[in-house]
Amino acid sequence: MNSIKFLYAAYIATWLIHSLYIGSLVRRYGRLRQQMKDLGRGK
Amino acid sequence: MKRAFPILAVLTALLLVYAFYQALWVAPTDALQGDVYRIIYYHVPSAWTAFLLFFINFIASVQYLANARPSTARAARWIVIAIGIIGFVAPFIPQVKQQLPTGMYPSSVATTFLIITGLYFVIGKYFVDQDLDVLAVTTAEVGVVFCSIVLVTGPIWARPVWGIWWAPGDIRLTSTLVLWLIYVSYLVLRRFSDSAQTQKLAAVLAVFGALDVPLVYFSIWFFRTQHPQPVIGGGGSMDPRMLHVLLISWMAFLCFAFLVCWSRYRLEKLRREVEEAEALESLLEPAGLAGPSSAVKTPLSRGSK
Repeated sequence: MNSIKFLYAAYIATWLIHSLYIGSLVRRYGRLRQQMKDLGRGK
Repeated sequence: MKRAFPILAVLTALLLVYAFYQALWVAPTDALQGDVYRIIYYHVPSAWTAFLLFFINFIASVQYLANARPSTARAARWIVIAIGIIGFVAPFIPQVKQQLPTGMYPSSVATTFLIITGLYFVIGKYFVDQDLDVLAVTTAEVGVVFCSIVLVTGPIWARPVWGIWWAPGDIRLTSTLVLWLIYVSYLVLRRFSDSAQTQKLAAVLAVFGALDVPLVYFSIWFFRTQHPQPVIGGGGSMDPRMLHVLLISWMAFLCFAFLVCWSRYRLEKLRREVEEAEALESLLEPAGLAGPSSAVKTPLSRGSK
């Protein structure tokens, strides 16, 4: 059964989903840090 | 605590690499499916992790609702103790033992109930009031990520093995999709509702949503389904070398999930502090009290340190 491409696809998809989620966390952290800076400056 | 995160991150990365190596090169090839079966080393641990996270979400939501009044909190504690005792003893009663599906051992059922009870009290000890709500949203979000992986990798495995991407009407597949949809709607509710009751509504939704978790898990015992039998505590069997790799992989995914939950939990706490600080500042602004030179301590002054 020539199914190795499905195996690679599943592993790549898994890490793609995790990377996207971690990327979204990093973006949200960045946005919060900016908000904190704005608050510190009194807007 | 600041040092613990990077240390744990490095250890988790090493464990993930080791699990990857074991899954691709050490685990034996399946005689029937060939190499494609190795997808289970990502699919099954992701499913177990998602179930665990949804279960923590359920406990946190129950406690959040129960803690509204001391009397309900007390009642909930006694109910959990009663469930724990009954769940621990009942599987050993011969009449109940006979009803257990093939491959499900009374000791494993009893241990599961013991863990459930223990988890309830551990969460209750370390998380109080709003922390329970933060824990609930954290585990729901990370659980959805892991459940998404289950729903993506499952069809990728099914295509070469079953010849189809999805088996319409299959109870295991459908109930997993419903579970994912319930928790996505939970997150959508939390994201877009501004009502003061949002947290309570979300907790109620989580309690009902969690009822789908046992349905997903036990569906392959009680219904005719195309999905393979469970590899642990069920009718299915597995080569011990394969099982060993599966457990290593699950350990790696559990550590990874813990790290991601830790980050998400901190993010949510910080977000709430910033919101609180912004609200306080907007209240103080008209009186001319706010601003960088203000002596007023906002909640953020704690979080930004």
